[in-house]
Amino acid sequence: MKSNIILAGVGGQGILSIAAALGTAALENNLHIKQAETHGMSQRGGAVVSHMRISDKPIASDLIQMGTADLILSVEPMEALRYLPFLSERGYLVTNTTPFINIPNYPEYEKVMEEIHRLPRFVAIDADGIAKEAGNARASNMVMLGAASPFIDIDFSKLEDGIREVFARKGEQIVEVNLKAIRAGRQFAQENK
Amino acid sequence: MQKHLLLGVEAVGQGAIDGGMSGVYAYPGTPSTEITEYIQDNELAIERKLHSKWSANEKTAYETALGMSYAGKRTMACMKHVGLNVAADAFINSAITGVNGGFVLTVADDPSMHSSQNEQDSRYYAKFAMIPVLEPSNQQEAYDMAREGFALSEEAGVPVMLRITTRLAHSRAGVAMKPVLDENQLSMPQDSKQFVLLPAIARRRYKSLLEKQAAFVKLSEESVYNQYIDGDEKSLGIICCGITYNYLMENYQDEACPYPVLKVSQYPLPEKQLRKLEAECDEILVLEEGYPLVEEDLKGYFANGTQIKGRLDGSLPRDGELNPDLVGKALGKEIYQGIPVPPVVANRPPALCQGCGHQDAYEAMNEVLADYGKGRVFSDIGCYTLGALPPYETINSCVDMGASITMAKGAADAGLVPAVAVIGDSTFAHSGITGLLDAVNEKSNITVVISDNESVSMTGGQDSSAQGKIESICEGLGVDPAHIRVIVPLKKNHAELVKLFREELEYDGVSVIIPRRECIQRASRRKRNQSRHANH
Ligand SMILES: Cc1ncc(C[n+]2csc(CCOP(=O)(O)OP(=O)(O)O)c2C)c(N)n1
Ligand code: SF4
Repeated sequence: MKSNIILAGVGGQGILSIAAALGTAALENNLHIKQAETHGMSQRGGAVVSHMRISDKPIASDLIQMGTADLILSVEPMEALRYLPFLSERGYLVTNTTPFINIPNYPEYEKVMEEIHRLPRFVAIDADGIAKEAGNARASNMVMLGAASPFIDIDFSKLEDGIREVFARKGEQIVEVNLKAIRAGRQFAQENK
Repeated sequence: MQKHLLLGVEAVGQGAIDGGMSGVYAYPGTPSTEITEYIQDNELAIERKLHSKWSANEKTAYETALGMSYAGKRTMACMKHVGLNVAADAFINSAITGVNGGFVLTVADDPSMHSSQNEQDSRYYAKFAMIPVLEPSNQQEAYDMAREGFALSEEAGVPVMLRITTRLAHSRAGVAMKPVLDENQLSMPQDSKQFVLLPAIARRRYKSLLEKQAAFVKLSEESVYNQYIDGDEKSLGIICCGITYNYLMENYQDEACPYPVLKVSQYPLPEKQLRKLEAECDEILVLEEGYPLVEEDLKGYFANGTQIKGRLDGSLPRDGELNPDLVGKALGKEIYQGIPVPPVVANRPPALCQGCGHQDAYEAMNEVLADYGKGRVFSDIGCYTLGALPPYETINSCVDMGASITMAKGAADAGLVPAVAVIGDSTFAHSGITGLLDAVNEKSNITVVISDNESVSMTGGQDSSAQGKIESICEGLGVDPAHIRVIVPLKKNHAELVKLFREELEYDGVSVIIPRRECIQRASRRKRNQSRHANH
């Protein structure tokens, strides 16, 4: 198996928690991983991206080539579009629909969504709303991981294990909320892909 | 073997601990910061009481590490590329003194300037100092090189540079760890004059450094990190430095690379392998992250004029970070362009956090400075540099750490009065103090704003070494205590801030205004940690 995943968002939105859960799951499966992150200045509310590569064979580059991402997973709709050149012809775009507006020239929301709906394969999900229903608005990133899970070649149970491990430190209740969130996200994607 | 998922920087930290290092000395700077943070949090490092506290700047860090090496122990200094400019005097001279205990200098370069003022290539510094360089191509090599770099330094008798770049620093991969080595015992240098660079001794030491150069080349030729990988297609030979090896291999995923490849991860360049590549191949393509150092070196190197391709002849861009697509293009491969970015996508630059104290300082300054006219605010490097962007656009310069106070003084000397400097607490401690002394000695008409958020925030909220000492430092330098003014930058204090700025701008002499409020990110991190500790 091989998955090239672009994780996108805005500094402070915590896309690295998604990467951590995914990475832990991949490691459990004895897969190879490379994951390039954005640290530094952009974390201050700028555009951030992480290139995540998972494979059963050794991986060469830390960066994904143009047009070869199997998945763009974005926690913000405009940020999802920023990395389109990476998407492969058969790739999926999975994005949260809640905009993060911290710039004066944020485009009209409808125009952003129009561009997303133009793609042949996408899932647009109200991760914040679903997370709230699951019991904690802060679990929206795990809703997103759930929504992306049908397009990642890793056993869903392993992703759940990844969440257990990543959130274990924060207590059983937080683990449960996040598990509920990932399951809800997955269900939505399966019904709306 | 069980692998650990580590960032490149974490791999360096772990490698240093496992290599028997006794202390790391560093000043934060992206993308090098997490090396020291990793060591600060590591159990074995804590148990061994390895030194890992932050230094005031890169020069103090480097010199302190040199002192530890003098005493026979293994040590690492870490910094970002521009930090080496600050430590350059110590660095160049340490190649001449040589080392006692193994000394690895880890420098993190930032091609494409993700978080920096420039993309200078530290390999030039190593060449200037004439010391060996290790440049890992992956996280495992980063670990191995940090671990084994001390022994190399002890064998070579000089500091060794470990050069990483942003991409490797901030990318995770599985790393297999090796046995932990013991620390060195305390021991004096064999030659008691080794570290005394008086001209007569320095000339002798310098000659010995020159004599070692051939041995360094030999070390490179025999290094496990430099590999010659043969290929049948001899029309082209490829030299891959550090991480570029991965970008090359990414272009040959389902097939072997047909061209002979020289993978270089230890410098000086391995001459034997170079000559072989040249003898066998018609042309040579050089892939290197940063400046075209190897490419420049090789131009005119070979007697028969073999054509060298790379960043200088346009095969690759002259600036910026490389990636698999740029390398593919240089190899003549068809690159799939993907779907273009739709025009509706707007830029999203970084910005000050909502509620940040720097904002309140800028609000007040803008109001007062409106009366004086634009263009008189010299600033520095830190979160507050974002005040150059809308909506504030308060500051007019950001050059290097410490340059705010000194440039303001120079402009005031030229007649631009009053001139204003805006500097952060950590930057003030790093290299603002000496500039302020110059200004005090000449009674310059400048107003220095030390925007104190009690944190080194731009790099993630490390401890600032001037914490709790800023007023006394200013007083000690001779600033009139009546013109050292501390205020809490909050919206509700806006009127008071404005009044204070106005008074101090009117004062003909050096005044220091200290808006002081803890960085809100650091405050919330501190509270989270407290509640976590309370729960356990
Ligand atoms: C010579 C050098 N060393 C390190 C850095 C990295 N760096 C940029 S800003 C900064 C910290 C600034 O801290 P402070 O002045 O307190 O401002 P704050 O970010 O907290 O507002 C550092 C370490 C640099 N740019 N140059
Ligand atoms: S990290 Fe701290 S200092 Fe930097 S912008 Fe945010 S609140 Fe301000």
